[in-house]
Amino acid sequence: MRSIWELANPARFMRLSAAALPWCAGGAALALLVGTVWGFFLTPDDYRQGSTVKILFVHVPSALMAINIYAMMAVASVIWLVRRHHVSALAAKAAAPIGAAMTAIALATGAMWGQPMWGAPWVWDPRLTSFLILFLFYVGYIALWAAIEDPDAAADLTSVLCLVGTVFAVVSRYAVLFWNQGLHQGASLSLDAKENVDDAFYWPLLAMIAGFALFFLALLLLRTRTEIRRRRIRALRMARARAEEAREGALEGAADVA
Amino acid sequence: MAMTRKKRRIALIAAGMAALAAAATLVGVGMRDSIVFFFSPAEMIARAPGPDQRLRVGGLVEVGSVERGQGETVSFVVTDGAASLPVRFKGVLPDLFSEGQGVVAEGRLVNGVFVADEVLAKHDETYMPREVADALKKQGVYRGAEEGGGS
Repeated sequence: MRSIWELANPARFMRLSAAALPWCAGGAALALLVGTVWGFFLTPDDYRQGSTVKILFVHVPSALMAINIYAMMAVASVIWLVRRHHVSALAAKAAAPIGAAMTAIALATGAMWGQPMWGAPWVWDPRLTSFLILFLFYVGYIALWAAIEDPDAAADLTSVLCLVGTVFAVVSRYAVLFWNQGLHQGASLSLDAKENVDDAFYWPLLAMIAGFALFFLALLLLRTRTEIRRRRIRALRMARARAEEAREGALEGAADVA
Repeated sequence: MAMTRKKRRIALIAAGMAALAAAATLVGVGMRDSIVFFFSPAEMIARAPGPDQRLRVGGLVEVGSVERGQGETVSFVVTDGAASLPVRFKGVLPDLFSEGQGVVAEGRLVNGVFVADEVLAKHDETYMPREVADALKKQGVYRGAEEGGGS
């Protein structure tokens, strides 16, 4: 039986990801094009926000991805810590800069929306603050990967950091529910919240969310492939260095004898 | 029976995560009062803060309470249904500020009047086209955002 663990084999991952990559990239381009044109040009103005509502089409998908990418990294980190699959650790490493970018986009578009609507680009609301903390965790995670030479040690430590951050990510996701006295509105999209968002905004928003998700998947596959190749090159370099050392050692030994 | 190394790693991760979750929850519950972004008028009156304490009050702008004074001075009443608090503000109000809608004001409570130096409009999670809102208003179904200010 085929299982998901087959992807843990780097060679098999490379083959499957090469086949999946064009589909993800093509789907992302299509969904983003449809969502952008539909959302920005073909939707009516909101009854209170006017055309500022269009920021929603970038803000909601990027915020959603910021949280979900972190969740994906947490799952990949657990798999690395428990099962020691290198592809898993490298996928988490590859996802981090994408997640950091999504968080930055969510913070920036939130400020653009907040200035005209709330009257302030930034407030120390629990949800906004926890998103800033999430961004700092992404930055810290990337820095920790860069700071440690040995790849396995780096994967161990960054995985632990990621799991620590997961607690904050969960708090951030549910901050609005725990502390409902914030400035940020509740989640516009959840399984039962379709009535909050009119169909005119709902469908282009779904297209944008699908586009962001596929875009992330395409970038993730691409970046993980790069990381796997980088790891392979490193292994080859080290093998060559070891072989050279051994040969030099042998030559010196021969010289000593002579 | 001895645990395998994999099982021991799982147990360690689970224990670590549980400890962290407990710590985060304790911090969250312990600092609840300072994490809250604003107080409702009822909470504000119950607390009776001194005039040197900067706080935020949030609720709905009572319908018919907005009075524009000289220059940029505006006064209105913030209500949460249970209690209401008069607010005085000098400055530019945000676009979304209107009667019956959610608002958060930051400032000091002086002699029972909340003197605000910043007023933020609170938006709810409802998004609909202008025509739909108009149609609903005509049918008498839609009566304005009711949950704008939290509780």
